[in-house]
Amino acid sequence: MAARAAEELEDGWYVNLGIGIPTLVANYVGDKDITLQSENGMLGMGPFPFEGDEDPDLINAGKQTITEMDRTAYFDSATSFGMIRGGKIAAAILGAMEVDEKGDLANWMIPGKLVKGMGGAMDLVAGVGRVIVVMDHTNKHGDSKLLKKCTLPLTGKGVVDRIITNLGVLDVVEGGLKIVECADGVTEDELRAATEATIV
Amino acid sequence: MQKIYPTAAAALDGFLHDGMFIAAGGFGLCGIPELLLSAIKDAGTKDLTFASNNAGVDDFGIGILLQTRQVKKMISSYVGENAEFMRQYLSGELELEFNPQGTLAERMRSGGCGIPGFYTKTGVGTVIADGKEHKDFPTGPNGAPETYIMEEGIFADLAIVKAWKADETGNLMFRKTARNFNPPAAMCGKVCVVEVEEIVPVGSLDPDAIHLPGIYVHRIIQGDHEKRIEQRTTRTRGAS
Repeated sequence: MAARAAEELEDGWYVNLGIGIPTLVANYVGDKDITLQSENGMLGMGPFPFEGDEDPDLINAGKQTITEMDRTAYFDSATSFGMIRGGKIAAAILGAMEVDEKGDLANWMIPGKLVKGMGGAMDLVAGVGRVIVVMDHTNKHGDSKLLKKCTLPLTGKGVVDRIITNLGVLDVVEGGLKIVECADGVTEDELRAATEATIV
Repeated sequence: MQKIYPTAAAALDGFLHDGMFIAAGGFGLCGIPELLLSAIKDAGTKDLTFASNNAGVDDFGIGILLQTRQVKKMISSYVGENAEFMRQYLSGELELEFNPQGTLAERMRSGGCGIPGFYTKTGVGTVIADGKEHKDFPTGPNGAPETYIMEEGIFADLAIVKAWKADETGNLMFRKTARNFNPPAAMCGKVCVVEVEEIVPVGSLDPDAIHLPGIYVHRIIQGDHEKRIEQRTTRTRGAS
């Protein structure tokens, strides 16, 4: 999924990657010139440091130690979210608990369970140029996570552009979701059968 | 104009009172005003409201003030790393107001700029928008209306901030991602106390390289910082 998501990125883009599988997308960008934003105040995020080179003043939004690059620029949190809210970041790739056919996204809280907070997710999905969700198509019971309507509290309403799952790639369009492609070894019938959302 | 104080306790003297509203810089445990938080713990000031992106961990950062029950309310975007926080929150001892991270940063920045409210798309259609003013602006394609919500600027009684270097007039430089919420937090305080790793003579910082001008800074202390790392991630030497 991470490799497939990396194909979405275009040369020259400034991109924000969420925590989890989206972070792995950085390993698959190949020769494309992609600048990664870390919303705690950095453009040009480099890889993890070598052991012994960790700097407590240099972390990413997941609070992991990282490194800087030749192109790196630092700024404060208000400026960081100014560029997010202002539409300067071309794309965000992030995970989800649920997505629905209107592009609503839920990925920050499950009522009755421990709530940790939305962090920067609401700002990102409301502000960046393109929101790409990377997620498992179904939950552990085999139920679709691509729904007619999200049941969990939303992170953003009508914000998702494209969904990449283990079964395929779908776009949010007028009237529902449109199949872009099926994953290797998955038929369109199987993809439809695993999807609760309307497919147009 | 003497801004340099010998200790964190001296720098906070006269600025603390029960029930006050404090804006604190830092992201996770990076760039947090650890010396000033420790001095507030020692001062025993109670019923505090904190605007701070995170709540520290159990034994570091704002977490140390949770242990002593000095915090009444947190305004934060993410509080996941703190067991004592969760215990107090779930038992109703602690109030919590979640703000999206960028909304929190902008609330601080705008409060400091004398802007009591602003409109943002962040959170429209979510629980964050409940009870807030909605307004359409023609910002969509071809002037199509888009819906925004109003968020209020933060005006804190006190800002506590960590910087890398200060000159004697309070001009500040931060280091790498430890800048984070520190400048907007500094701006939104009626008064601002800063802790730094090094105080340098006036004239030794390049005026073009100052991240936050001293007009925002009322008192400064210099001290040793633990600078704890929350998630130590590395790669092996020789690997790409």
